[in-house]
This record gives sequence, structure tokens and C-alpha cells, in this order.
Amino acid sequence: MDPMEPFKATFFQECEEQMAELEAGLLALESGEGDGETINAVFRAVHSVKGGAGAFGFDSLVKFAHVFETALDAMRSGALEVEPEAVKIMLRASDVLADHVLEAKGQGQVDCARAQAMAEELAGLTSGGGEPLEEPGDGSVEGEDSFGFTPLMVDLDEAPAARAPQADVEEPGGWRLSFAPTEAMYAKGNDALLLLRELERLGAHDISLESSALPEFDFLNPEASYCKWSARLPGDVPEADIRDVFDFVGDDCPLALIHENELIKGAAPPSLVADLGLAPALASALDDPFATTPAPPPAAPVDVAALLSAARAEAPQPAPKARPAVKDAPAGEELHAGKEAGKAAAVAATIRVDLDRVDRLIDLVGELVINQAMLAQRVSEANLARSSTVAIGLDELEQLTREIQDSVMAIRAQPVKSVFQRMPRLVREIASATRKEVRLVTEGENTEVDKTVIERLSDPITHMLRNAIDHGLESPEERVAAGKPAEGVVRLAALHRSGRIVIEVSDDGRGINRPRVRDIAVSKGLIAADASLTDEEVDNLIFLPGFSTAQTISDISGRGVGMDVVKRSIQALGGRISISSQPGKGSTFTMSLPLTLAVLDGMVVTAAEHTLVAPLTAIVETLRPKPNDVRRLGPRGAVLAVRGAHVPLIDVGVALGWRPNPVDPAAGVTLLVESEVGGRAALVVDAIQGQRQVVIKSLEANYQRVEAIAAATILGDGRVALILDVDAVIDSRFLEKLESQPLAQAS
Amino acid sequence: MAKTVLTVDDSRMMREMLLSVLRDAGFNVIQAEDGVDGLEKLAGAAPDVIITDINMPRMDGYGFIEGVRRDARHRATPILVLSTESDQAKKARARDAGATGWIVKPFNADSLLSAIRRVSA
Amino acid sequence: MDAVDNSHDQFELISFKIEDQEFCLDIMAVREIRGWTHATPLPHSPPYVRGVINLRGAVLPIIDLKARLGLGAAETNPRSVIIVVHVGGRLIGLLVDAVSEILATTKETIQPTPNVSCETVNKFVRGIIALEGRMISWIGLDYILPEQQAAEAA
Repeated sequence: MDPMEPFKATFFQECEEQMAELEAGLLALESGEGDGETINAVFRAVHSVKGGAGAFGFDSLVKFAHVFETALDAMRSGALEVEPEAVKIMLRASDVLADHVLEAKGQGQVDCARAQAMAEELAGLTSGGGEPLEEPGDGSVEGEDSFGFTPLMVDLDEAPAARAPQADVEEPGGWRLSFAPTEAMYAKGNDALLLLRELERLGAHDISLESSALPEFDFLNPEASYCKWSARLPGDVPEADIRDVFDFVGDDCPLALIHENELIKGAAPPSLVADLGLAPALASALDDPFATTPAPPPAAPVDVAALLSAARAEAPQPAPKARPAVKDAPAGEELHAGKEAGKAAAVAATIRVDLDRVDRLIDLVGELVINQAMLAQRVSEANLARSSTVAIGLDELEQLTREIQDSVMAIRAQPVKSVFQRMPRLVREIASATRKEVRLVTEGENTEVDKTVIERLSDPITHMLRNAIDHGLESPEERVAAGKPAEGVVRLAALHRSGRIVIEVSDDGRGINRPRVRDIAVSKGLIAADASLTDEEVDNLIFLPGFSTAQTISDISGRGVGMDVVKRSIQALGGRISISSQPGKGSTFTMSLPLTLAVLDGMVVTAAEHTLVAPLTAIVETLRPKPNDVRRLGPRGAVLAVRGAHVPLIDVGVALGWRPNPVDPAAGVTLLVESEVGGRAALVVDAIQGQRQVVIKSLEANYQRVEAIAAATILGDGRVALILDVDAVIDSRFLEKLESQPLAQAS
Repeated sequence: MAKTVLTVDDSRMMREMLLSVLRDAGFNVIQAEDGVDGLEKLAGAAPDVIITDINMPRMDGYGFIEGVRRDARHRATPILVLSTESDQAKKARARDAGATGWIVKPFNADSLLSAIRRVSA
Repeated sequence: MDAVDNSHDQFELISFKIEDQEFCLDIMAVREIRGWTHATPLPHSPPYVRGVINLRGAVLPIIDLKARLGLGAAETNPRSVIIVVHVGGRLIGLLVDAVSEILATTKETIQPTPNVSCETVNKFVRGIIALEGRMISWIGLDYILPEQQAAEAA
């Protein structure tokens, strides 16, 4: 396997985060809300994508990111003004960058012409001319030798072998060099020894120390630098290799380097000649750098090895005065005294926690809730007085358990921002594909909802936005003719309402064409030609399976995903969707979802001797019907008269195949339930046990989807109870299937 | 005793790659997500080598390096800059802040390890 | 997947009886063995799916192995056991009458399943093991769950 493979997943994950950051930042800049830090964040996002992409050799991504980054850098430095036109170009560039990321991921292909045009446009921002995309980034796509210095490895034990050739390099024509480390060099963790080691690798010989500047011991400043080294190198060593050794120390260690051929030609500057060739040979100093006393140089006896190790030791460090930034404040205080420390302090203290751990915690709290319920049941069975200490203690435990559960769920709650952030791009794309002018307004993006819900919000919102732009909004010409601004407004809002999250997508378009919707529904046999429907009922016909109002199937909304599928996916989350519309003024889709998929308020009922849970949100009311409220309809059907209306009666035990024949509805309890498609229905159960908050357990984790069942839970007695999928049970298709099947065996 | 390396990078992927390479080579690894985090981690550790990114939120690499050098305990600790940038002006700025060496991303295991060997005695 | 196709020669099997036939499972797939408890029946499921039980907070489907193998529904009694197995990332409980023993065997003792023109045998019996005059069918668990219903038609 490619050793890089494990990191790819992380890279793409981070890309997603960076792309969201990029877009959010650019949008803030566009609306004039951004500041210097916004530009920095935007720059960093593109920079990070480029850096990561380089590691995997995603060249076209790196190249595009580089051009983008260059433009952003100009904006960061102030060379490019932050004005709407430039930001608009960058927003489009972020879309192209996202395409590159997808391509790298193996999902789709970048439109090269578009990318090239975009790159030229970006380059045009800074230079006024087009920069070809082919130009490689500054070192970002270099190969493995793209080190600030040439990577070399040396082990001092191997040194004699490495130096073997030096005996026969006495002939002229070699390199001569000398270098004088300053205090500043030592102040950065560098060391003359390290440089000498590298030079040795290149075959340096006749290394000598010039230590005449060393003062008497009493006057020695342990942090100052007094020494200078000279060496010779074989003439065939490329100059660049030698300079590479000193590349990073730069001015902190002035280097004099000359080839003897130039010396012979007299081409070398006299100062350089003076710098070189003066120091006596000290090659032996490095034969054993840790020996106590190497051969003493005639000029000034000095223990080179001790000097070298002293430079590395902690105590006698080079003078801090070399760096003016250093103050004499206590280190502890200084640790946080960075330039941006003020900013850092303002950032809320957060920790990153593995999601698995949070999920595990939520599972455990779920267990705690179940155990607490079991305990409560045992205590009530024991007939203890409500004032007994056990009962009181148990009440407190219940309170605490509930609080813990709420707090734990809050950990996983996240603002819907992460989903909303992806939408501006989508809107731009749909707008350009449908040739409409659209402005997206978002509200309430800080509304929090459980992460499990967030992950599943994206698809329905996407479909609703597609629908709003493609079907809801008129073309600019039509709008102008109708006296509206050419630009349509689509509003995406999130809010909390009675313990649920509500997402609204509204447009200021043409509204639902009710006569047309009605005609289609009639022609497709979805409703009777003479059905009497309220405006609202007509509007909601668009959620019926098989309904599509599009005159022609455009490639935006017509991907085989009708509103009925949107509705089903929302229902699968325990949510509801509805539409309200005003002809000529626009439509609003409203979807409401539970705040979490982890717990549910349910009504515990008995049907055919089995315990079931019905989600409370689906139940309108519970009824004990009188015998004459029940009317038979057809061979097997029955309806219940509820305040003048007639709703179908569905025996839950029969619907789930647990008994062959329905019980007398008047002998049981009926739950009046409601769903957007199926309308209302009355579910007949044997008895109601009570209301309870239950922890939702997936059936799919270890098994698979079960028809008419939404999930499972564990009750106080430790047994599994199934949670009814009310919408599926009253779905006419499900019921028809049931009719056409031989009745399932009772178990 | 195994040597310890502190890695400072805001990219989770980079941190994971560094961790994998360094662990395989027998180093102990301490990870930090940005300059501020890096300085906090340093308060309780004495790494033999520090590897840092430049472009990071909260506190960038330059600020971090300056912060490290201000602490007497880490004045001699080699600091390698790991960055996609390779132009001389940026190198000089890192050097002025107190960096010991520079590695250009993308890196490979051999180049990273030899750079570490190069700056650590 | 049963972790058998590796190079270890020796591997262990857990054996049980259903009527007069002997069966075994790769012990590597077995997580635990527990007593029978009431299972909550699932609607519209094949007869061999007995329902679901609570295993320390996880909802576990229970497959009546006897019924699954086409040998008729098992009768449960207090001595019935559930063998909890790990199959393709899922935990599944297998209802059997009793567990007989743990066998150690080698790959060489496994013989190919004789062709008895039976779909159930072809689907579940991976091979047979001849041991001291007995014949033990080695059960594979890959197809133990009902076939997934095709994605719901929109």
C-alpha cells in the first residue's frame, strides 16, 4: 500500500474544513464584514490545501492553489485592494479550487479551460497580465531534494572513512574557505561543529581553528564567539554544495570561499585572500572531536573539543543581546507574550475530542437512563412510600440523569453553519445553470443541533434550494415584467421551535400554480377530479410520489429526485416538511426536525401483546372511540368519525403482522396521528402504558431496516421495544401491500 | 534514551505524517496545533528538536520561534522550519526569529530524518 | 467473515447439535455465549428471525439456526443458548439448543461439502470435518441474515 494512503483521508477532511473556511471568509469580505484576520484566515486556508496537496503530488491542485495564494498574498500585504470585484473573482476561484480538490479525490474532473481562465483572471488581479498556470510554484512542487540545505547524514564514528580521500587532495586547484560564526548563529541552536560535520561529508580537510581572538580566561565572555575556522575542499566539489552547508546560517556566519584556480589567476579579491590561508592546519581537531586535547595549534592553544561541546551545552549560551527582541523578563511570563497573544487569549478555550469518545459517552448515558428507569420500576414495584428516602433519592437521581443527558447531548451539538456554508456555491451554480439572478440570504446559522442531524441536513436543504431556484424563481425578464427586481431572493433560515429545529427555505418567486398542480394530480390519478381541497392541501400535493411540475426536466431539479423523496428522507429523520405559498409572491418550505437522533419522546403502547413506542410528535391526540363512531368501509376497511371528518382506522397489531384480525376499535385506544402525505389516520392499539423519553437504538447497526419500524429502544425492564414509523404505517402504499399479501403469521 | 521531537503544525494531516515518520524512527513525539499550543506544550517538556510550520492561526511560526528562544531552557534547542515556502526573504525572517534550519514541504521520511540528524548533535 | 483462511494450521471450532446433525462454527467469530432471553419479534421478517434482544445496550437480532438451516423452528427452553457471533461488522445472536464442545482441528481435516443438491447446504455449509467417526458440518455465516430488501422504490 502507498505509505501516504492513511494520510489522504485526513487531508481531504481538512480540505473540506479549509474550503468552508475559505468560502466563509470570502463571503465576509464580500459583505464588508471581514478584517485583516479574515484575509489571513482565507490565505491560510488556500495555503494549507496547497501544502497538503504537495505531499501527495496533486500537481494541478498545487498549481492552481499557488496562483490563488499569490493573489491572496497580494491582498494580505495590501498590494491588492479588498474590493467587491476582486472578492467575486476569488469566490469563483474557490469553486474551481473545490473542483480541483474533488478531482484529486477521484470524484470528477476539472474543466481545464475554466481553470486556466480562472488562473489568468487571478493572476491578472496582481500583475495586470496573465500568468500561465504551467509555471511551477516557488518550490512547492519540487522533488525530494527541495531542502533548505542538502540533506546529509554523518556519523562521527564513520568520519575517518569519509575522509579517506583527503590524503591525495593536496594538489592545487581545491577550494579554500573560512567561516566565522557570530554569537547570533549560536543563539539559534546552530553550531560550528554541525557545519564542520557537513563540510567533512564533502571531503573537507586541513580544517584549522583560528582562535587568536580568544581572550585570557578571566576576560572570557562565555556567550561570545571568538573563533574562526578554515578548511580546504577538493576542487571538484560543486560550489553550490558548499554554499548549501551555509545556506541557512546566512549572515549569522560569514563565509569566505574561493577556488584556488581563481587565486592563481589573481581573480580573487585581496580581502578574501587575507581571510583565507592564514590559519594553521588543525585537521586533527576533528579526528576525535571529543578527545581531551587535540594537537594544539601553534598560535593559541585551545581545546577545540571542549569549545565545541561548550557551544552546545546549556549554560554558556551565546549572548542574548544578539537578538533585540529578548528582554530580561521571567521565562514563564514570556511564554505567552507572543505578538498575537492578545488575540490568542480572546479565543474561547476549546479542546478537540475524538467523536467516537463523545458517541461512546452518549451511549453510556443512554444506558444510565435505561438503568435509572429500571431501578425506578423496581422501586415502584416494591410499594415504597413516595416520601421514603429511597424514593426521594431516586427522584434526585432521575433529575441528575436528565441533566447529564442534556449536557452530554450539548457536547455533540453544532451550529448549522457548517451546512449553510456550502450553500452559497450551490446557489451560484444553480443560478448560472438556470440563467437566473439569485441572492441567497441566510439566517440563524448559529442555531445548534446534534451532529447526527447536521450530517443529514445537507441533502434536503440542497433539494429545497434547487427547487426554489429552478421552479420557484422566475427568469429575470419575467420578474421585471411582473414589476419585481431582476434578482430573486432565496432565504435559508434555521431556528429552534418547541424543541425542534426548523429549517425554512423561501423564495420571492411566482408561488405555486395551484390550478396546474391540481390538473397534474388529477391527470396522474393522485386525487379525484372532483376532490375538494384547501389551498394548503393543493400546495402539498407536490410531495406526492410521482408528482413533478417541471415542464421540461431540467438538469438541476430533474435528477430523478422529486419532492416526495425529499419528504421521505426528512421523515426518516423523524422530521416533517410542508409548503405554504402565495401566488405571485413566493413559496416557503418549512421542515422541522428533532434536535437529536439519540433520544425521542414517545408514547409506550401495547399492540397484540407487544410493547411499542409511538413518537409523540406524530400523535395529535388519543381517543377512546364510541362504537357508533366506527364505520365499516369496503370488505376490510374501517373509518373513524372524528368531529365530522372520517379518518382511516389502522390496527397496529395487524399492520405489523402480529395478529390476523383487527380488534374492536371501541375496545382499545386509538392514536390520532398525522403526517403530511398520508394525512390523518387513527391507529388502534390495545392499551397505552405511558409517556417516556427513550434512547433510540438503530436496528440497522446489527440487522437491517425493518418495514414500518423506525428504530428500537430498551425499556425499563431491559427488553427491546420497537419504535413505530408512523408515517410508513399510514402510508397508503404500505397498506396496499399489506392487503395484497397473505396475512403474516402471528408470532 | 529516545530523543523527543515537538511538532507544531495546524494541519492534522501534517501532524499525522510527522508522527508516523518520527515514531517509526524511534523518536518520542509531542504534537502542537499552533504557536500558542506549541509554547504551552513546551512549558512542560524539553524536546531535543522542534519542527514548526510557519502559516498557522493564533500564533504563526515566527512568533512561536521567538517565544521559544525567549525561554532560557530552550535557547539551544534546534528549531527546524517546515514550510511550503522556500524564498530567501522568508528563510531570513525565520533565521532572524531564531530558527536553526529549513525544510521545504513536501518532505519525505529520509530528508526529514537527515535534517533532524543534521541539527542535533 | 470467519478468520480461517490464514496460514495457521491449527484452528478451533465450537460445535453444537441440531437434532441428530452436528455443526460447528469458527471460534474466532464467536464473541460470547449466553442463555436464552425473550426476544422482541420484528414485524414482516422471515420465520427464522426470532426478533431482537438487548445485549448490554446493543440491539441484537436473533437467528434461529435450526430454522435457518431449513430444519424447522427450534423450541426454546431455559437451556437454549444464544451464540453471539461477529459477522461482517455486525453482532448477531444464533439460537441453538446447546453447545457441545470446542474442537481443535487443522485445515487438512476439512473436506469439501459433498453435493447433495440442496441450496441451503450450498449456502451455509463450508465444508465437513470427519472426526472420530462423526461428521460435523462447518457453518459459514456470510449469508446468515435475510437478504437485504432492494432499496425502496421511490
